[in-house]
Amino acid sequence: MIGVIDYGAGNLGNVVRALNYLNCRTRIITGPEDLTGITALVLPGVGAFASGVEGLKSRELFHPLKDFISSGRPFLGICLGMQLLFQESSENPGLEGLAIFPGSCERFCPAEAGKVPHMGWNNLRVKKNNNLLLQEDLYLYFVHSYYLPVNPEILLASTTYGGQRFMSAVNREMVWGLQPHPEKSGRRGLKILRNFVEVVNGDSNSRNRS
Amino acid sequence: MLTKRLIPCLDVKDGRVVKGQQFINLKDHGDPVEMARAYNQAGADELVFLDITATREKREIMREMVLQVAACLFIPFTVGGGITSIEDFRSLIAAGADKISINSAAVCTPGLISRAAAKFGSQAVVVAIDGRRRGSGSWEVLISGGTEETGLELVDWAREAQDRGAGELLLTSMDRDGSRDGYDLEMLKAVNQAVSIPVIASGGAGSPEHLYQAFTEGEADAALAASIWHQDSYSIKEGKEYLAERGIPVRPVDEELLEEDNDGRK
Repeated sequence: MIGVIDYGAGNLGNVVRALNYLNCRTRIITGPEDLTGITALVLPGVGAFASGVEGLKSRELFHPLKDFISSGRPFLGICLGMQLLFQESSENPGLEGLAIFPGSCERFCPAEAGKVPHMGWNNLRVKKNNNLLLQEDLYLYFVHSYYLPVNPEILLASTTYGGQRFMSAVNREMVWGLQPHPEKSGRRGLKILRNFVEVVNGDSNSRNRS
Repeated sequence: MLTKRLIPCLDVKDGRVVKGQQFINLKDHGDPVEMARAYNQAGADELVFLDITATREKREIMREMVLQVAACLFIPFTVGGGITSIEDFRSLIAAGADKISINSAAVCTPGLISRAAAKFGSQAVVVAIDGRRRGSGSWEVLISGGTEETGLELVDWAREAQDRGAGELLLTSMDRDGSRDGYDLEMLKAVNQAVSIPVIASGGAGSPEHLYQAFTEGEADAALAASIWHQDSYSIKEGKEYLAERGIPVRPVDEELLEEDNDGRK
């Protein structure tokens, strides 16, 4: 069972609908007690970094999520959910995120980027073949004003907007982050979610065997 | 590179599509779910559903339609027509709409823009503006489907809508709407230079060249069209190929999708 975290930050309905469409069973997680029996987690979200952190803390999910990730079970952060995996954001300086990955989110500069937020379909340059992103070049749907500067150690794919290259997908072991919205990116996006579900199934099978 | 978006607009009455492209393989051209799927396969980047009934008692039908569409369409879609309250926003977003478009209600109650943006995020708030030229470099905002004058200067209103928290503007030229003579490029450019949020061009598209002009001279971020696709003059794929050949970045139409007739579940 895949848990989808509800911390008051927006569009979790679309993520749940997409996973259900792929015949995947989901449970909405609103507190630590919901995590029992969960094999993988998805952290969706739109909105501000601070309200994301506060939303997780007020539901007593902040530390349980860090523990869940440390246990090595599959985890996917989408949009704000990816940004929350990092240490902090210039949106709310001094407030620590889940800090699974090093680095800080920066705001697109309107003078250089033009229109902010970065909204629409943009392409990802996938760095290496991976369980989630198999293609070299694909288009996905983005809506965000903050970005993660490239860190080669966790970079899975990069995207460029207004001259700024940033990380559109990150990965280390069983933790993935996607800046675009796979649940809103048509067939290509659904494929990524299906790949995640397959990773989850493979992981729980191997855990059951051992 | 961020691509320019092509957005078909579907008119919906009593939960049925009343104007839309006549796709060959569809059993029921009035079914919003079938139409949404067909446009998705044809390469649309987003969809707009415009409720032309928009009476109180029909609201529930629209919500039902949004629920059905969201359960099987996984590209962004906007719902507009007759939205007047935060409760309308809440109900349609919970049903699965990504963005809500407001027009007359935004003019009559500008505070609705900021309240909706604070509650659902700017990305969910599209302010639709209908403009009519009143002289060189000046356009008046019309409401109630273009029947009522407001005295508002269009560029000023566009700027105010942005300042109040709109995430996107849907700009329709009432002079060009339905004409197929091309978008009002001067109007588009004037608004695009006044705001820093995305602007969707609407009203007047009749050929791929008009789309090209909207993105170049008009500086638009997206182009909405109804009759150019509805009457099957050009496919979205032809439009995108025309644009790509001329250096406009577009999301390529997924060939794999075009060849399939299933729903993508494998």
